[in-house]
Amino acid sequence: MPHRTLISAGTLFALPALAGLLIFVAIPFLLAVGLSFTNLRLGSPLPLEFVGLTQFLRLFADEAFTRALWNNLLFTVVVVPVQTLLALGLALLLNRPLKGRALFRTLFFMPVVFPLALVSVVWILIYAPGPDGMLNSFLQLITLGHWQPRDFLHDPRLALPAIMLTSIWQGAGFQMVILLAGLQGIPEELYEAARIDGAGRWQRFRFITLPQLRNTLIFVMLVTTILAFRLFEQVQIMTRGGPRHATTTIMYEAVQAAFSRQQVAKGAAITVVFFLVVLLVTVLQRRLARQERS
Amino acid sequence: MIRRRMIAVGLSYAALLLLAVLFVSPILLMVVGSLKPEARVLVEAGSFKAFVPGEWDLRNYRDVFARVDFGRYLFNSLFITGMVVLAGMVVNSLAGYAFARLAWRGRKLMFALVLAILILPLEAIAVPLFYQVTLFGWRDTYLVQIVPFVANAFFIYLFYTFFLGLPRELEEAARLDGAGVLRTFLIIIVPNSKPVFATVAILGFLIQWGVFLWPLMVTSGEAVRPLPLAIATFYTLPPLQWGDIFAFGVMMVLPILLVFLFFQRWFIRGVVAAGIKG
Repeated sequence: MPHRTLISAGTLFALPALAGLLIFVAIPFLLAVGLSFTNLRLGSPLPLEFVGLTQFLRLFADEAFTRALWNNLLFTVVVVPVQTLLALGLALLLNRPLKGRALFRTLFFMPVVFPLALVSVVWILIYAPGPDGMLNSFLQLITLGHWQPRDFLHDPRLALPAIMLTSIWQGAGFQMVILLAGLQGIPEELYEAARIDGAGRWQRFRFITLPQLRNTLIFVMLVTTILAFRLFEQVQIMTRGGPRHATTTIMYEAVQAAFSRQQVAKGAAITVVFFLVVLLVTVLQRRLARQERS
Repeated sequence: MIRRRMIAVGLSYAALLLLAVLFVSPILLMVVGSLKPEARVLVEAGSFKAFVPGEWDLRNYRDVFARVDFGRYLFNSLFITGMVVLAGMVVNSLAGYAFARLAWRGRKLMFALVLAILILPLEAIAVPLFYQVTLFGWRDTYLVQIVPFVANAFFIYLFYTFFLGLPRELEEAARLDGAGVLRTFLIIIVPNSKPVFATVAILGFLIQWGVFLWPLMVTSGEAVRPLPLAIATFYTLPPLQWGDIFAFGVMMVLPILLVFLFFQRWFIRGVVAAGIKG
């Protein structure tokens, strides 16, 4: 026990960070939970009351909120597998000894450093309606003129997919570099042994690459899932949740409730639901990763 | 056999090139569009001319400065990001060291708290935090955009794991020379921990440069707003001029793009470090 005399030093070292986490994370979180059981609404004449689970029951009867939850789920179910597969494909391509792969890696990663607010604004022009719009003319080109120009961001059926595409473009590079690091961590001997045993390319991928990459894949999917539930910038800037709630999300509803309508308790309840989703996904990931280790 | 390999390499390049074109085209659209006369930006967005500047023209850039106080937003972003990153490196490294190497009362309990907070995104606390800082009277200040984000559970965790891996002999030698804890930390630990400081600085910069939700909530005036919020507002500012918007975009992404291109190795290492923690 070499540091027994230094009790106060350790406390002093940790104090600024712990104070920050306590004041700006732990206390607000407890407040969010506490407020979600009340009826607090700024400017309301009603007295502050404990209302139990009323806010949560109301939430699940609220059309906009259930739509938001559904949209986040849909977004997750589409974006997580598509983006992970795309990133895995890119990582596999870049894991081969090709000339110029550093340049390609740079190009694929570049969108990650773009602030989401900027990405959202730029993609508004890409989705411009009419035959002159960038995506519209691209689709016309590759379908040899069969594509009918659409107004992506104002079409209830295309607005959410459009936001999905933008998000995949921005986020795939992030997953790619993590998967690439995972691929490079697989011992080369495993592949050599498999080659000696006469395993083909697919068999090597199926029985070496995939199992070795499993935990990395699980982690990458966890992060993307949580990001999918945090979806906000794209919606706020590109569609404002519309048309007709087609692109609203949990965070968009939370901000709407707490700021545009001063419904503090409702906003708090929404963020608690959001937290429970994050918790559930994290626990699930830990379980899956642990199974592998044992 | 050789022939098959050549085909495989050729197919790989074809796939990479196609994907690279798709990935780069939105960025190219923005950069080229920012250099074109306004009248041609929208008209040419649907053809290959979107990627050909024709004659260069910096008028859009001058327009941005004439229409809004871009310098102000740039300063705000640089100042807020710089302060969060610098103060964060000090505060979080000290805490990481306290958890990794020092014995003190409540260490285990506090570490459990840090780990619990690790999975808590800002979004989960944004609403009450907003009312809390309103009580403090912090709305519309730099303070409100800096102070709550200095202490960071994830960065404490990164420092903690890095310091755990340092050989103890380093510190013991310093201790024998009579150096105190703070001195040992500054003279021995910090110089031997450049990778983790670089990782935290770059990750902090990347995250902070893009923040949107929080400033949207806590600022209402132009004076302290950062760039991401400013471009969202600029986009809605009539007249809608895409050349100007793209010029704004290029200027706002340039600082972080330069950092990325110059420190790419560190950048990617930082992102991977963020990915390995699981």
